[in-house]
Amino acid sequence: MPDATFLDSTELVLNMGPQHPSTHGVLRVILELDGEKVLGADCVIGYLHRGVEKVAENRTYAQVNPYLDRLDYVAAVSNSLGYCLAVEKLLNVEAPPRAQAIRVILTELNRIASHLVWLGTHALDIGAITPVFYCFREREETLNIFEKYCGARLTTHAFRVGGLQYDLYDGFEQEVKAFCDMFLPKVDEYEELLTGNRIWVNRLKEVGILNGEDCKRYGVTGPVLRAAGVHWDLRKAQPYSGYEKYDFVIPIGQNGDTYDRYMVRMEEMRQAVRIIRQAVEGIPEGPIMAKGCKIIKPPVGEAYVSIEAPKGELGYYIVSDGSTTPYRVRVRPPSFINLQALDRMVRGGLIADVVAVIGTLDIVLGEVDR
Amino acid sequence: MTAQQLLRKIFLVDLFQGLRITFRYQPTKYICTEQYPQQRPKIAERYRGAPRLNTNPETGETLCNCCNLCALACPEGLIVVTSQRNEQTKRKELVSYTYDTSRCMFCGLCQDACASNAIELTQDFELATYTRAGQIWDRPVLEDGPRPTVYRC
Repeated sequence: MPDATFLDSTELVLNMGPQHPSTHGVLRVILELDGEKVLGADCVIGYLHRGVEKVAENRTYAQVNPYLDRLDYVAAVSNSLGYCLAVEKLLNVEAPPRAQAIRVILTELNRIASHLVWLGTHALDIGAITPVFYCFREREETLNIFEKYCGARLTTHAFRVGGLQYDLYDGFEQEVKAFCDMFLPKVDEYEELLTGNRIWVNRLKEVGILNGEDCKRYGVTGPVLRAAGVHWDLRKAQPYSGYEKYDFVIPIGQNGDTYDRYMVRMEEMRQAVRIIRQAVEGIPEGPIMAKGCKIIKPPVGEAYVSIEAPKGELGYYIVSDGSTTPYRVRVRPPSFINLQALDRMVRGGLIADVVAVIGTLDIVLGEVDR
Repeated sequence: MTAQQLLRKIFLVDLFQGLRITFRYQPTKYICTEQYPQQRPKIAERYRGAPRLNTNPETGETLCNCCNLCALACPEGLIVVTSQRNEQTKRKELVSYTYDTSRCMFCGLCQDACASNAIELTQDFELATYTRAGQIWDRPVLEDGPRPTVYRC
């Protein structure tokens, strides 16, 4: 924490948050300022701490699942997928092919929903008010699909250990295909609003630069890492849930600035549509639940599974003591790790760019504080 | 700055490009505001909302066979089922069933666990009450099922 201001110094210590609207929740950043220039930033987190990891120790494996939806609440499906894969690894079972295909479709839809929230709020922070309405309009369509599929829009609890609880509803394929057809032109529309816009470009270009080396040093993952030119996506690097079957491209940036991160995420939405289209074409028939997952009692052991959540690498480390409750559930949330790089990214910049950098990191405080 | 950039700046091309999209959505057919409560949203069939304890529609008897599986499945432990064995029929009979909606997160594990389709999460989403005690639902409230508020308009 920076020292308090002294009368003879020109430095000013300023609290940003925890009620600041563009800290995306309850993040408090202690900024050390020299006029408009940022000399350092210190994050204070924990305002939304709920102790999910401890709660998990007192619940059965199936009961932990709904709590994890509340980590990254704009991408609840991804959280559920990571946990289910980790417990499945402990149990040494694999979800049936039909369940895997449906999981991929829903996770990618959720990636789109998460990126739309990011785009809307990020643009709003920068000062472009129009995109947020359009983004939330399209996000509504994905939420409607979630609601029809599993009965909830945000905290979905969509997957179960070993497969799925619900089979597809009638007309799921058509709805998803209609969404894909509808959505791609909308991405172009967002790009038309923002990509070439002078204000947008001036606010984003060469702001909050984080190069590939620094990304690796901080452990930053996800679009932030890829925008720095590092070719790393867990869907390609360690395919899970049948991602190796689908043909898609990992978009990467060059400079690692805020503008590159914006372009990477826009392209990721298009690639997500591409994956969904491939997956929805050939959903295999068959069971949706693996055998032997009624009572979940994994053998003594431990498992770490990480997936590519919309925000980066989401990992679950689960230790089993052979009972029906996990001995330890450790969550490796992408937002928490990515937030570490904030100081590095804003140092030397202007105070107005802090807002842009927090937006581009795409943090969700539910996940940072757990 | 190239000549093209300068011209774009002078003629405010970016501004008009953005405004074109905005005005494209001006026709009233794009209005998507829902006039709640007069106009109620379409709720999906699988929606997990207010709980209901189902009864047999013909006899009015409860479908619950007091197996306690819902109470065991609940992550929050908010369901309390008490039962009594009937000495004549040797069957368990439901005495009381309480469901604390203030702690419920509507995960749906109770209805997944129920083998006799007794506890069900319905499509009702209006759960506001004036008191905290009103959020703890007992058997008559649960069996009555949701009663969506009717608004005069």
